[in-house]
Amino acid sequence: MNRRWLDANPWVWSLIGAVLVWGLTVASVEGRGGMETLSTALGFATFYVIVGIGQMLVISAGPGNIDLSIPSVMMLSGYLSMGVMHAQDAGLVLGVLVALGVGLGAGIANVVLIRGLNIPPMIATLAAGFVMQSMTIAYSRGSTAKPAPLLLQFSLARVLGVPVIALLFLAVAGVVAFVLARSSFGRSVLAIGQNARAAYLAGVRIPRTMAAVYLVSSVLASVAGLLLAAYSGGASLNMAEDFLLMSIAVVVLGGTAISGGQATVAGVWSASLFLYLIVTMLNVLGVGAGLRYVITGLIIIGVLAVSKSRPA
Amino acid sequence: MSGATDSLVVLGGIAKQFGAVRALAGVDLTILPGEVLAVVGHNGAGKSTLMQVLIGTLAPDTGSIAVAGRDETAGYDVRRAHALGIRCVFQELSLCPNLRVFENVRILHHGLMGFGWPRRARRLVRAALDEIFPGHGIDADAVVGDLSIGQRQMVEIARAFTVTDQPVRLVILDEPTSSLGARAAEQLLRFTRRAAGRGISCIFISHRLREVLEHTDRVVVMRDGQVVARDRAADLTEALLVERMGVMADAAHAASTRANGAGADLPVRVDIQPTAGGTIRLIARAGEVVGLAGLDGHGQRDTLLQAFAAPRGGGPGARVDGSVAYVSGDRPREGVFPLWSIGRNVTIGLLRRLSRGGFLSPQAESATADEWRLRVKVRTPDMNNPILSLSGGNQQKVLIARAFACGADILLLDDPMRGVDVGTKQELFEDIRAEADAGKCVLLYTTETQELQHCDRVYVFYRGAITEEIARAALTEDRVLRASFGQTDDTGQHSGGRADAA
Repeated sequence: MNRRWLDANPWVWSLIGAVLVWGLTVASVEGRGGMETLSTALGFATFYVIVGIGQMLVISAGPGNIDLSIPSVMMLSGYLSMGVMHAQDAGLVLGVLVALGVGLGAGIANVVLIRGLNIPPMIATLAAGFVMQSMTIAYSRGSTAKPAPLLLQFSLARVLGVPVIALLFLAVAGVVAFVLARSSFGRSVLAIGQNARAAYLAGVRIPRTMAAVYLVSSVLASVAGLLLAAYSGGASLNMAEDFLLMSIAVVVLGGTAISGGQATVAGVWSASLFLYLIVTMLNVLGVGAGLRYVITGLIIIGVLAVSKSRPA
Repeated sequence: MSGATDSLVVLGGIAKQFGAVRALAGVDLTILPGEVLAVVGHNGAGKSTLMQVLIGTLAPDTGSIAVAGRDETAGYDVRRAHALGIRCVFQELSLCPNLRVFENVRILHHGLMGFGWPRRARRLVRAALDEIFPGHGIDADAVVGDLSIGQRQMVEIARAFTVTDQPVRLVILDEPTSSLGARAAEQLLRFTRRAAGRGISCIFISHRLREVLEHTDRVVVMRDGQVVARDRAADLTEALLVERMGVMADAAHAASTRANGAGADLPVRVDIQPTAGGTIRLIARAGEVVGLAGLDGHGQRDTLLQAFAAPRGGGPGARVDGSVAYVSGDRPREGVFPLWSIGRNVTIGLLRRLSRGGFLSPQAESATADEWRLRVKVRTPDMNNPILSLSGGNQQKVLIARAFACGADILLLDDPMRGVDVGTKQELFEDIRAEADAGKCVLLYTTETQELQHCDRVYVFYRGAITEEIARAALTEDRVLRASFGQTDDTGQHSGGRADAA
């Protein structure tokens, strides 16, 4: 692997990291349950991937663009969809529609705040997220928040040990990568991310592209909320608390340019696996929750330092 | 080259290779104290690379550098060059747009420290601006981003000549007049002569050959990474110089304007009232090349942007009939997508046309890229190379190709030939004329009066309004210049294209 190839494929770093961490974990328990660990990791990492893809699109659209409403959208989506399902399969379709509705609504709110009222994305999405979080807390009082049995089965289903949702979002990631490379929309996002002024003068339709990017991010977050609530057997108020940091960390660790204009979809997957496997490893080693966060943070910084350093 | 103990700088056998491209192939160059030296050549001839070596931003693969009789080859870098008094005014402006003028002065002068540095910095830059560009009208407290390109260039030049703790011995002016108006360019050229009198050498890189011949002592011609000629400016003529650069001299007037009177029945594509009002509207028809002239920053660019924004939502006082494409001469800020290949930089302008069933066809995309590589002669073996691997002039070809390729009815060209060499410019003007003959409507804003001869009609702007419309046949440099300062011929009132079309 030469340097140029590594620079063009930055996701390799986190994939190497994921393999190393997995190896260490398995070694620490004398080789038992390696495949089981991997299978679980694939399932959990999928949730990072779902929101990471949305965040990646937003970040790729250029400096200043970020979606901080992701965890709140997940919470609201998880609670409302579980709430209308009442743990009945009859409510499944309505629940899914409600989740998607939350995503669309949140996306539209973000777009109106950012494009319509010219509020910087960091503040706009944080504020919108705060409102949604408060709504969730108000709604959650006394509500039952259990998934429909079918949805629960779907979220836990495996084919040859590989979670179905992982396969599903592996496919989604492939589609997103293709769209970025080969569609008018994808090229527009990357053009705006590199040089918004030049994109405008080249005739790129900026308002609709930016609106689409934030909508996709919110809808993906709402889907993540729906599936995570089902996967965990019900929505809970702290189910999405990791996802603010993680949605950004998987994007940056995966090799997407934080300054915009260059997206690495494969990196979202490899970084998600890497980060989840670190948590697993620390659990296996019996590290406490507080120290686990510290170590996770240090590892993120370390990987960034290694992958961003360029030979002189 | 020998016995040059009294030389200021002696470069010996400088070579530099970028991948497969040999940018410099053993260049020798001597600069005497108090000399104004011109370096000319095509885009990609190696001028900018050589200057980068001289100011220490690029280490040569081989070769020696001596300054003031001392060998400096080892450890030569930007800091050392600056300490030795070598400064550079960059073609792509290097000021920080978010800072004020005097704060930008501080960036160059680390000696400006302690209590009261802003006052000293203001005084320095004001004095330099006043000396070089009398009547410049630039506030030392202005934020650089709010200044026009021409004004920024003035600040950049003035800053290079300011002195604190380190001397100025050599200032490299890379394409300095291309974004200055005619008057400021003249002021600068006179100043370099005065500076030379004080022993400050200047290297002057320019594509404006007349300036080169009139205002420099010696001319060095570069071609393909080598110096191919060194002459005293007094011994040269424009034709001779063009020949040395390897351009056909007879091309100068090849791109003729269209036959007179043929355009009256063609449809009006653009009809705009400039922002500051005035009685003359800008009217352009299909098949015409219409020039926007005047000093930089007098509303020409605003008018182009007005035309660009009009079809999507409509600007006040602007009627634009047809699709538009915009080419800016400000490549880094308004043209180039730096992370992409050359090919992608072309095709971003025509994504919808290249799509098959909603997705881009890779075959169609690379075919289009290669077609335009040949049509505008982009100097690259492969359109998949990064855009930043091209020289400035070749990048500009790519941007123009983007506008041509998208098939717009109206081409809005905003000083598109900035930093483009004579030969390339000639080719591009021929391409522009061909587009007009094919029915396109072209609006061309330029600060170079010479480029106006490629236009069928010219509108001269002053303070946001049009002061005069001049037909090709009546176009003289003098008339454009007078109209640029708001003085019009009273006899000019009868010309066509007035508000009567409204």
